[in-house]
Amino acid sequence: MDDGEELTEQETTLYDRQIRVWGVDTQRRLSKSRVFVSGIKGTVVEFCKNIVLAGVGSLTVNDDRTVTEELLSANFLIPPDENVYGGKSIAELCCDSLKDFNPMVRVSVQKGDLLNFDVDFFDKFDVVVVSSCSLSTKISVNEKCRRLSKQVAFYTVDCRGSCGEIFVDLQNYVYSKKKSDEECLLEYSSFEEAITIPWRTLPRGLSKLYLVMRVIEQFEEIEGRNPGEISSADLLNVQRLRKKLCEINSLNESEIPDSLLQRLLEDGTRESSPVCAIIGGILGQEVIKAISGKGDPLKNFFFFDAIDGKGIIEDISHVQVLEMEFRMGSVLSVENIIEIPY
Amino acid sequence: MVSEQQLSAIKGSKVLMVGAGGIGCELLKTLALSGFQDIHVIDMDTIEVSNLNRQFLFRQSHVGQSKAKVARDAVLKFRPNISITPYHANVKDPDFNVDFFKQFNVVLNGLDNLDARRHVNRLCLAAGVPLVESGTTGFLGQVTVHVKGRTECYECQPKPAPKTYPVCTITSTPSKFVHCIVWAKDLLFAKLFGDKNQENDLNVHSKDGSSSSKQAEDVFERHKEENLEQYGNRIYDHVFGYNTELALSNEETWRNRNKPRPIYVKDVFSSDLASQNGNLDKSSNGDPPSLSAMASLGLKNPQDLWSLKENSKVFLEALKLFFSKREKEIGNLSFDKDDQLAVEFVTAAANIRASSFGIPLHSLFEAKGIAGNIVHAVATTNAIIAGLIVIEAIKVLQHDIKNYRMTYCLEHPSRKMLLMPVEPFEPNKSCYVCSETPLDLDINTHRSKLRDIVDKIVKAKLGMNLPLIMHRSALLYEVGDDLEEDEVANYAANLEKVLSELPTPVTGGTILTVEDLQQELKCSINIKHREEFDEEKEPDGMILSGWIQPLAAEKNGKTTVDNEVSTSSASEAVPLLTEDDDDLRIIPTITGKKRKLSDVANERKNKRKAEEPNSKNDVVLLDDEKF
Repeated sequence: MDDGEELTEQETTLYDRQIRVWGVDTQRRLSKSRVFVSGIKGTVVEFCKNIVLAGVGSLTVNDDRTVTEELLSANFLIPPDENVYGGKSIAELCCDSLKDFNPMVRVSVQKGDLLNFDVDFFDKFDVVVVSSCSLSTKISVNEKCRRLSKQVAFYTVDCRGSCGEIFVDLQNYVYSKKKSDEECLLEYSSFEEAITIPWRTLPRGLSKLYLVMRVIEQFEEIEGRNPGEISSADLLNVQRLRKKLCEINSLNESEIPDSLLQRLLEDGTRESSPVCAIIGGILGQEVIKAISGKGDPLKNFFFFDAIDGKGIIEDISHVQVLEMEFRMGSVLSVENIIEIPY
Repeated sequence: MVSEQQLSAIKGSKVLMVGAGGIGCELLKTLALSGFQDIHVIDMDTIEVSNLNRQFLFRQSHVGQSKAKVARDAVLKFRPNISITPYHANVKDPDFNVDFFKQFNVVLNGLDNLDARRHVNRLCLAAGVPLVESGTTGFLGQVTVHVKGRTECYECQPKPAPKTYPVCTITSTPSKFVHCIVWAKDLLFAKLFGDKNQENDLNVHSKDGSSSSKQAEDVFERHKEENLEQYGNRIYDHVFGYNTELALSNEETWRNRNKPRPIYVKDVFSSDLASQNGNLDKSSNGDPPSLSAMASLGLKNPQDLWSLKENSKVFLEALKLFFSKREKEIGNLSFDKDDQLAVEFVTAAANIRASSFGIPLHSLFEAKGIAGNIVHAVATTNAIIAGLIVIEAIKVLQHDIKNYRMTYCLEHPSRKMLLMPVEPFEPNKSCYVCSETPLDLDINTHRSKLRDIVDKIVKAKLGMNLPLIMHRSALLYEVGDDLEEDEVANYAANLEKVLSELPTPVTGGTILTVEDLQQELKCSINIKHREEFDEEKEPDGMILSGWIQPLAAEKNGKTTVDNEVSTSSASEAVPLLTEDDDDLRIIPTITGKKRKLSDVANERKNKRKAEEPNSKNDVVLLDDEKF
């Protein structure tokens, strides 16, 4: 990334305290970066606030949904006054407030359905973050980003109740360690590659949230539900799906606890504000790091559950599986889970 | 997610936030979004431009206004129906007494200095109100829960004290850049521009002790016939040339150290001794908004490293500008990190000294950070910590004791964890704050005065604000608004008396009782007489023990934390430079007297926590086999 220009005096004054954390070079790179975000709920609002304050070059927000009381619940950018928010989309309302946080960032709205944006659209950005979208949409957007010749950083982020998940795909990522100039290379899997890794080959002690999220994600996809549009009434059917998936994957059902499933189903679309702040903060940090090209990036999943308070990184990548194949001396096939009905 | 029970506990609660800055803004926002309806916020600060990169409730137009009030207004915009009561005040005010604290269900700290944290800790203990503490710096952060009788109080574990340096290191044998900064700021700058009546260690003592103070006075005073150029050059030569030669004459000092080299103006500027320092601003109408030596000299980038010559130019130009444009302030100035000219002067002076002693030079940006104790702060860490604070606060409201956690936000994962929760520890039985253990004080009772105990021990080390000192039934010292004139005079007189000469003599074996009525903290000190103290290792001539000595963490001079609190909070007298006030306990890296977590975990396996059996979802201890 080209980092030729000096920061203006206004920038060095405003950003003084953070420049002392990550240096002038990173600040320069941030000021040239272009970020795209789709699906604005509590966590994404936090993320947007963070990167606008950090001083990215531009932020493009996409969410055509009209404001409802539920969407407002963890959103501090929009005053709960219908006279103000009536008739406008979430993106439009957030855009105005975000500009306020930092007049030096170009914040704009992109209307339209995420699925309809083509490869060229994503070429305009350095970072793409999607949230509150279906499994197939996630996969599609990720794949478009990967088709581009330049490396576009791709992230998904979702909060369900008191739990949160971040996925990172930096493709073939070259970066330097924080303290030295030593160059490192990391190879990331796409979202699809990651989630199609056979469950029985996953590392032991893996955070339970990973599998629970996959089951619920599948359920929503099969049922044609909007993300989060689930409830306790779905428990039985979700359990059936779990059974099927575990059979296919030769995995014991107890690896996907009922208690966790129940909790997430009950929570539906609700987000816990503190969890949004935490996940939005972690995501903000990661995006800033990726833009800077310095420091070990998160690879490739992050989970948080307020019940136990742990924020865990899990590496669920294709490369790992290949290593396992080599060790086990046999070829494991990658199941295409999506097409199996329950 | 949030049960009915939780929601009603939240709605009915009354919460106190102390601090409306980096953590405070994020915290107030998250509390409001989480359903809290009665929030009180105390913050004594006003908004500055440098806050705006993370204290997102504030705008450019708010600069100069009260943080507590503006934060309140901003949050009411998206939660108009909740109650937020702001206090633009210092939490140490007597108004915030135990009764004040008692009205809250939980207290949430978002402070940036150790002093205030200790004060709040004591009030929470006295009031019996749980405290959720927190701190951040850069990408690191932590949240801890303190419940009287159940967990450690905030002071049960030692906290790194503000770093101080032995006087001789600063005046004679600097080895790090921070030593040069301290010299430039607290000695040279103070001597030239500050209160003339202040005692100042600036002058080096030669072998025969012949740095006569009378001579010293003359040296720094500008002579009547001297123009600014001559004056500047003379000062330069004196502090960087003559004083260094004087120091070199002490052969002993340099036996195992690299010798400094004296630097004189003529060496640095060789041929161009005459008017070399750019043009003095001719316009003499009032104060230009930003008087700057850098600007005069065309040095634009604060991140640049200046050469010795450039530093010298800045030094001389800054000095000139102070005397020609800000003459009225001379004699009253104290260093302020937001005073551009002062920062330039201190940077230049520190760099020249560093050059002399073979220490690497630093940019103005770096020097300013060290001299001004500037925080390293970003929005994301504060947001994460705020979320964790609210999660703990909700547990506290429900008395969900088994699930209280201390959570550490790491920059690099430890066993896959970026957020690491740990069970709180039991109260420390030898904590003088929450378990009333007596302390021991080694002191020379024939030499030290009561004032030494009051200033260095009771106020500085024990963190008492309004102390009361008794020897059996005799009151040796107290402060208060309701004292009679003769009482005040009596106490003032006592301060100046040598301990063994007090009306009720204090000698070896005496037990003093010290109290702070506001903090409701009482403590006994056993006096032990000792004749000699090591000048370098025990510069105060007193040793307090029985209380776990706070660690002065080994840090390079660059990681410093801004008080961002008004100047009155700068610690009294003792430390020359405060450093990293936010007390982060970085578990894997701190060594020394801290118990390693694995030790504690093993200890605890054999000990208490009788309440809950080891459940499957047990919180992580670092030796947890699952990982």
